[in-house]
Amino acid sequence: MNLTKWALASCFIVASLAPAMAKDTITVGQVLEPPGLDPTAGAAAPIRYITYGNLFEGLVRVVEDGTVKPLLAESWTVSDDQKTYSFKLRQGVKFHDGTPFDCSVVKFSYERAISADSTNAQKGLFEPIEKTECPDPATAVVTLKRPASNFLFNMAWGDAVMIAPSSAADNKTKPVGTGPFKFKEWAKGDKVVLEKNAEYWGDPAKLSEVTFKFISDPSAAAAAVLAGNVDAFPMFQAAELVSQFESDPNLQVEVGSTSGKVVLALNNARKPFDDVRVRQAIAHAIDRKTLVEGTYSGFGSTIGSHYSPVEPGYIDLNETYPYDPAKAQQLLQEAGVEGLEMTIMLPPPAYARRGGEIIAAMLSEAGIKVNLVPIEFAQWLDQVFKNSDFDATIIAHAEARDLDIYARDKYYFNYQNPEYKALYKSFTLASTEAVQLDLVGQLQRKLAADEPNVFLYALPKIGVWNKKVKGLWTNMPVPADDQTQTYWEN
Amino acid sequence: MISFVGGRLVSLILTTLVASVIVFLLMQVLPGDPAVLMLGLNADADAIAALHRQLGLDQPIWIRYLHWIGGFVVGDFGTSLTYSVPIRELLGPRILVTLPLALLSMAISVVVAIAIGVYAAANRGKAADTIVMGVAQVGVAVPNFWLALLFILLFALKLAWFPASGFSGWQDGIWIGLRSLILPALALGLPLAAILGRVTRSAVIETLGEDFIRTARAKGLTRAGALWKHAVPNALIPVVTIIGLQFSFLLAGTIIIENVFNLPGIGRLVFQAIAQRDLVTVQTLVTLLAASVITINFLVDLVYGYLDPRLSRGGH
Repeated sequence: MNLTKWALASCFIVASLAPAMAKDTITVGQVLEPPGLDPTAGAAAPIRYITYGNLFEGLVRVVEDGTVKPLLAESWTVSDDQKTYSFKLRQGVKFHDGTPFDCSVVKFSYERAISADSTNAQKGLFEPIEKTECPDPATAVVTLKRPASNFLFNMAWGDAVMIAPSSAADNKTKPVGTGPFKFKEWAKGDKVVLEKNAEYWGDPAKLSEVTFKFISDPSAAAAAVLAGNVDAFPMFQAAELVSQFESDPNLQVEVGSTSGKVVLALNNARKPFDDVRVRQAIAHAIDRKTLVEGTYSGFGSTIGSHYSPVEPGYIDLNETYPYDPAKAQQLLQEAGVEGLEMTIMLPPPAYARRGGEIIAAMLSEAGIKVNLVPIEFAQWLDQVFKNSDFDATIIAHAEARDLDIYARDKYYFNYQNPEYKALYKSFTLASTEAVQLDLVGQLQRKLAADEPNVFLYALPKIGVWNKKVKGLWTNMPVPADDQTQTYWEN
Repeated sequence: MISFVGGRLVSLILTTLVASVIVFLLMQVLPGDPAVLMLGLNADADAIAALHRQLGLDQPIWIRYLHWIGGFVVGDFGTSLTYSVPIRELLGPRILVTLPLALLSMAISVVVAIAIGVYAAANRGKAADTIVMGVAQVGVAVPNFWLALLFILLFALKLAWFPASGFSGWQDGIWIGLRSLILPALALGLPLAAILGRVTRSAVIETLGEDFIRTARAKGLTRAGALWKHAVPNALIPVVTIIGLQFSFLLAGTIIIENVFNLPGIGRLVFQAIAQRDLVTVQTLVTLLAASVITINFLVDLVYGYLDPRLSRGGH
């Protein structure tokens, strides 16, 4: 009897010691340092990698499978006319500085995003909001100007997180959120350190500390991973270096997909790209499988429309324009275009610079002469994006579910199609999820048929980490590097 | 001597001011709007306008210049557009990386260069000279970033003597901090040493042929004595000139090497600020770098005056 007790007791001691022995801090490598840590004041993805889910939280959030889940809102109801959302807010939530979270914070956050001096990078997401009201501190009622079927998804973006009035001005350098981690320090140019929030309202984080280390040079990043200086590199950018990791028994490589869509964008307002046959000819002339092989060592799935496999409602349209240089030449002939010459602007990322070389070679097979112009990103934004002064460019559209960009009156590739606009409008008015998904399918088909841009492939997410690290994301439906579930296995 | 120094000082200040105007104007014609860059592809026009107001980019160009240069003179460099902290706060920790790195590379370069240069000159025409200068010739041709990658492969990944990248700071002791700087300093310093070594060799060979060396030997000095007491000091003027010139290469080199080794220094800050169109930070850093190159040249002039008093007396 005594012996059993003794054995039991020692079991407990061992059990309680074991977690203490496991490592509970992690160093995560990241390519770029964020410009500030306020996701409501900048579009850069690195801000979201550090803050999304870890530091800041919104009423709702996107989880790894791409669906929207409750976060600071426990539940919600939508009125029959789809214009009023009543959120039931979680109780007992506090910001890292002790400020309580209630409806006044929701009202402040949303009104700040739509105000005249708002510098929110996604101000458009909030545009449908007419007003936010607080019938009681635990309820937030948001009224829309018109039904917006993607409203909940939009409020799950990093740009729609909850911000306390007292800390809003300093979030760029000293972020204060409600998440399971709080800000500890930022050694500029080197790292950002987050520590566990002991007073978190939900399931506490398993790690006590997360260090995001910034390593922009691909070889330096690979060396840091191999030497164990970083435990995980969730978004490794140089696919050609991945084979070194695969042969290392301590490392694990996980390749998933992101919402980033790499496209050869064409200026639809410029001749001859205003002719759908010319755009289709270019699509036929590009072998996207080989392109993915050449730019991302074969990681990354080809796409046939402006939609990635990680986005809900994806349909496979890869076979719309199979690789066929002869067909391309024939289409060009039909369009009456002879000796087509085009300039492709290439921003710095490898998908553009390396992809540009490969595409130029493929297009020359179809008799199209290509001039490649490497361009810096700031200049790309100015010349291509702002002034639409280009023939073609290779660019990744990182935003999730961004079918709306083809329905805009002014956007850099100048696609103007009344049918698409009408279709998009009926999508925003759709009341049930089934109708929404059906319309998302129709929108993808319409884009594939019109081919305003040549859709190439979805940006892969190449993650490499220590085999003992568990709980990191394989896919990335929204820009995020969620550390809330991460832990070390013994 | 005083008028020599005073004249140089005035030209130092004027050159820096001219450099600041050029740098500022270049920033203005550089395509790319920092606000558009920060707010990305989906930004509203009025959000961009609001950010312009917030960053003060809606003011006329000359007001912005005067505002910036006025602060610059008293050491208030303004606020970084992307980090939104004072640039001075960004500089402090980074100088503690870049300055030790630059000094260490310079020391490596000078010690190695003088050693191989004098050795090769003393053994002129022999096999030792050919071998040392052959290696130096390779060193001149090797780019520093490539050398850096080889060093990482060998000393960090294979032998694990040094960390592959990053800088852990000085708080854990000098040796811990220095360990992360040794490979970058070697990668930066050795190619410079190769060039400097060749210059040293030819300068020493030239002075060895002078009459005063023959006189010194005739007085009974040994070969080594004549070499170190008379030939080397007199060969130093061209060597110091090259060191001064190399300093600007060294600063440019830190931009590349800090990126390869992922060191949070000034060079990486410049690179990052240019890519992010952090205009105020770029113009401040480039002006500071220009000022330091100008200052080094000023110091080199002073050293000339010391090494060869004829120069400062003649005001040449």
